[in-house]
Amino acid sequence: MAAAQQAQIGQKVLVSGNEAIARAVWEAGTKVAAAYPGTPATEILEYLGLYSDIYSEWSVNEKVSLEVAIGASLVGSRGFCAMKHVGLNVASDALMTLTLTGVHGGLVIAVADDVGLSSSQNEQDSRFWGRFAHVPILEPADSQEAYDMTRMAFELSEQFNTPVIVRLTTRVCHVKTTIAIYGEREAFSLGGFAKDPARWVMVPTVARTRLPFQAKRDLKLAQYSETNPLNFSLSGVDESVAFITSGPAFMHVQEAFPQSPVFKIGYSWPIPISALKNFASQYEKVLVVEETEALVETELKAAGVENISGKDVLPLHGELTPDVIKYGVAKLIGAPITSNLIPAQQVFPRPPTMCVACPHLGPYFALASMRNIHIAGDIGCYTLGAGQPWNALDTCISMGASMGVALGMDKGRGPEDENKAMVAVIGDSTFLHMGMQGLLNITYNQGNVTILLLDNRAVGMTGGQNNPGNGMNLQGEQTNRVDFAKLVEALGVAPERIRKVNAYELPVVLKTLREETKIKQPSVVITGNPCVLVDAYQPKGPLYVMENDCNGCGNCLDTGCPAISVTRRETVVKPNGREKKLAFVTIDTSVCTGCGLCTKPCAPDCIQPLSLRGDLSKDVSTSPSLGDSQ
Amino acid sequence: MNEVTNIMVVGIGGQGVMTAAEILADAALRLDHDVKKTEVAGMAQRGGVVTSQVRFGACVKSPVIIEGQADVLLSFEQAEALRWQHWLKADGVLLVNDNQLAPPVVNLGLFDYPENALAALHSGGRPMSAFNATAIALELGNVKLVNTVMLGAVAEALPFSAEHLLEGIVSRFRQSKPHLVALNERAFNLGRAASASQLARVS
Repeated sequence: MAAAQQAQIGQKVLVSGNEAIARAVWEAGTKVAAAYPGTPATEILEYLGLYSDIYSEWSVNEKVSLEVAIGASLVGSRGFCAMKHVGLNVASDALMTLTLTGVHGGLVIAVADDVGLSSSQNEQDSRFWGRFAHVPILEPADSQEAYDMTRMAFELSEQFNTPVIVRLTTRVCHVKTTIAIYGEREAFSLGGFAKDPARWVMVPTVARTRLPFQAKRDLKLAQYSETNPLNFSLSGVDESVAFITSGPAFMHVQEAFPQSPVFKIGYSWPIPISALKNFASQYEKVLVVEETEALVETELKAAGVENISGKDVLPLHGELTPDVIKYGVAKLIGAPITSNLIPAQQVFPRPPTMCVACPHLGPYFALASMRNIHIAGDIGCYTLGAGQPWNALDTCISMGASMGVALGMDKGRGPEDENKAMVAVIGDSTFLHMGMQGLLNITYNQGNVTILLLDNRAVGMTGGQNNPGNGMNLQGEQTNRVDFAKLVEALGVAPERIRKVNAYELPVVLKTLREETKIKQPSVVITGNPCVLVDAYQPKGPLYVMENDCNGCGNCLDTGCPAISVTRRETVVKPNGREKKLAFVTIDTSVCTGCGLCTKPCAPDCIQPLSLRGDLSKDVSTSPSLGDSQ
Repeated sequence: MNEVTNIMVVGIGGQGVMTAAEILADAALRLDHDVKKTEVAGMAQRGGVVTSQVRFGACVKSPVIIEGQADVLLSFEQAEALRWQHWLKADGVLLVNDNQLAPPVVNLGLFDYPENALAALHSGGRPMSAFNATAIALELGNVKLVNTVMLGAVAEALPFSAEHLLEGIVSRFRQSKPHLVALNERAFNLGRAASASQLARVS
């Protein structure tokens, strides 16, 4: 788990970019590190949590994590925060003023772009924060650079009195490459908070005086970029196309065109415009290969460089790979695109789905069976409720958006939606991240919204991290635990409209939701069953299907539990002449944890604990579930 | 010429695909290779498709294997082998756990599980071994051992010894869980034997 943490100087270790960054943050003498989990950046703080001589925390959201890092910087310590790309949208309110104040102790923000959207609601190019926030951006291509550049970022931050963004992508965060460790933890302190309202209190009169400082810093940062060794070029014997690239795309270019000249940008904002112009002038054709948007390309074109291509031959979104770049180059030079590849076979899709015995299965079974509801969803595992078999989630925008969207649907509805109930579905961690304000807004503005608060006591989607909802901190120590019923009451929900339910008691969940959606005032239905991936979940012995009794009703399949599979199908003709499709099922007893949800809709009542079966030749109930093998 | 070995490990979230790739990468690292390992596992723990790629040699640039350039495809599930077979070289080695895991969309009747996946895979004419690694693991009493069985299966298709790979597996718990050493050795050797006999027949 912690190769970099345990490594000695001189040792070579195989680590992910996230792990390399954690090591560098620790070496830099950083005192405070904070983050809210988010793919692909989550592991940075998980690794930092292993270092006992640094304060590291799960913050309730990214804005808070940046503000915590700012506080650490103000008292003369080094501060760090990490987030996924959309996290910086949340934190940007703080960033846009932090850039005016500047820093005391070095302050580094690691931002990870989920290029290709493996687990995000959008795709963003965080390099643009450089221009918008007037801050430098460093952009590593692999774990070694992530380690090196994170170290440098702290020095840069203090040298230029600015926060520094280390921009990552999934292929840096999650790829493991070998790094050489060369540092131990440094002592760092600039000594105490110096009260200075003209510097730290950003009222208009003060902030106005900081704008010229920011403009001057922009110039210095731009000059520094021209000579920074992170920006370098390599010559090549094949000069038919030269490349300008950054991040992991550099590795793909080197793989696909090892003989070609290439300019590698590591200090990505401000871009080294003169050096790039000089490079481009030496070659006939230059291709800018950047993930994901045409930032460098646009800057160069604006600077009058004419022999460059980029997004005219390369895709506007998604990951660039050696293949993709080769295809783009073929288009650029007008070469025929040949392929001796074996064609891909069409195979059924295998979308991510909820886990075996997931406590969200019951509530979604209930939602799927309800008519005349609009369901505003949110960000988390329960977003999967939009998929099969539930199809019970109608919107997903951003963290906490279910609250505002549901209220807006309620207030904005016309006659077409008059008889619809507005339901918002949100998880515990998302509610604490950005949902609380939305609920307060619902009660304050007297909206008619039923909130389904799926408290599974973990940040499930990112791997079950702790949060204030389960009362454990990053290090797994017990701390203050929020009481959701009290919290929502304090936010203005009437006590009788706060209903706690057991997510596995399907009839109760359904009845409660039906009652609350009929009442025209805000109500909150709270589940409290833990995520099956966390320690609080207590698996029971597996269930099995008494195959002779299964009548093929298929109701259990509608729970969506992946432990249930079909063994055979039949079509029968009913007395009324209609055809009915039957699906006879079995339960994979090696993964079932006996939650019992599927027994509730089972028409012939033929699902039982395996322990009651008489003919057990061997006990498979001790087999651990598939879900915990990683 | 820079010789790089490209191994692709595929399966379903929760099967141990990433751990298997990790062990392969570690084994290469211990021989002082330059190593890169990457995966696409967005919401892997949620039963989705997981692919992990391991590349090693004197110098590795991109972590990504180019389509059609994998030397070995190690698939933890039958249909996943079919999904990714085009990533292999024409003479690449295909090792398949022929256990079938149907996702909910198949169980709901929205899609069909491919009927002749193994025949389709064989028709590629590559060196191939397909056997039920899940059954072997369950026989040994723990479905998690699939991982070790599959690593045994790939052992003969690597540029280093099977013993070197096995040592990398058992060293992970020799200290912490010594009782698992013998069990994993058995799983590894059963996987190795199952695949070796089939590969020998092809060649």
